[in-house]
Amino acid sequence: MANQFIHQEYLVAGNNFNSAGSASEAVKSTLKKMGVASSDIRRVAIAMYEGEINMVIHAGGGIALVDIYYDKINILLNDKGKGIADLEKAMQPGYSTAPEEVQRLGFGAGMGLPNMKKYADVFDIQSEVGVGTTVKMTIYFG
Amino acid sequence: MKISELSAYIDGTIVCNADKADKEVYSAFSSDMMSDVLAFVLDQGVLITGLINPQIVRTALMMDIECIVVVRGKTPDAAIISLAEANGIVIVTTKKNMFETSGRLYSAGLKA
Ligand SMILES: Nc1ncnc2c1ncn2[C@@H]1O[C@H](COP(=O)(O)OP(=O)(O)OP(=O)(O)O)[C@@H](O)[C@H]1O
Ligand SMILES: [Mg+2]
Repeated sequence: MANQFIHQEYLVAGNNFNSAGSASEAVKSTLKKMGVASSDIRRVAIAMYEGEINMVIHAGGGIALVDIYYDKINILLNDKGKGIADLEKAMQPGYSTAPEEVQRLGFGAGMGLPNMKKYADVFDIQSEVGVGTTVKMTIYFG
Repeated sequence: MKISELSAYIDGTIVCNADKADKEVYSAFSSDMMSDVLAFVLDQGVLITGLINPQIVRTALMMDIECIVVVRGKTPDAAIISLAEANGIVIVTTKKNMFETSGRLYSAGLKA
């Protein structure tokens, strides 16, 4: 189905570790129903989940806009959180500002952004301190 | 090895989805940091962790991991169990620590 197109929008609640990841979970199950290859679904799920968790932990929540085509998915994550002062530093594996209580929950390894870059075919991040952060990712199927 | 065999190697208890305990697992990853887990794709892998919160199940779900081993005698609460049950993920608990759990399962043939 060459003209298949699905648009989904999710509100991601800030600082809620019980719901964190539910948007990624929903996208994963949509792709599964569409019959996308499981290795592609996994890349989408991991990249989006990392981005979703970042909005929960670091930005007080945000929105996820997802456009699914027959051959690719575009994911846009937008928040109005505190923003990132030094993007180059933030992209480095191991760099994290996660507070201790977040680390006790298993986050703050500083691997989220590097993982997103690794699993997405196209990765773009824009951020402004005091304004917010926007992450755009594309993953091609097959 | 089957999940039921894995559980026996570490004197474990299968706390949910016991009907899926004859699934085969081949590899494992031990960590308390979820992004470390998300950095490496495992096939038919097991997540060994000392954490107990819903994110261990969500992380496993994103990775297609079908078995989580919770070490150091911790007990996952009802919310974690029901999320795992809904997604067909088997949770095994053990009193052993992460080092001994990993060592026993590695010796028994699980791949790194
Ligand atoms: N949406 C965001 N808003 C504000 N700051 C962010 C956002 N996303 C990431 N950051 C900043 O970039 C740093 C690195 O992010 P990254 O996802 O790589 O690691 P982490 O979230 O700290 O830990 P991990 O993802 O391994 O659990 C964060 O610690 C935080 O300072
Ligand atoms: Mg992160």
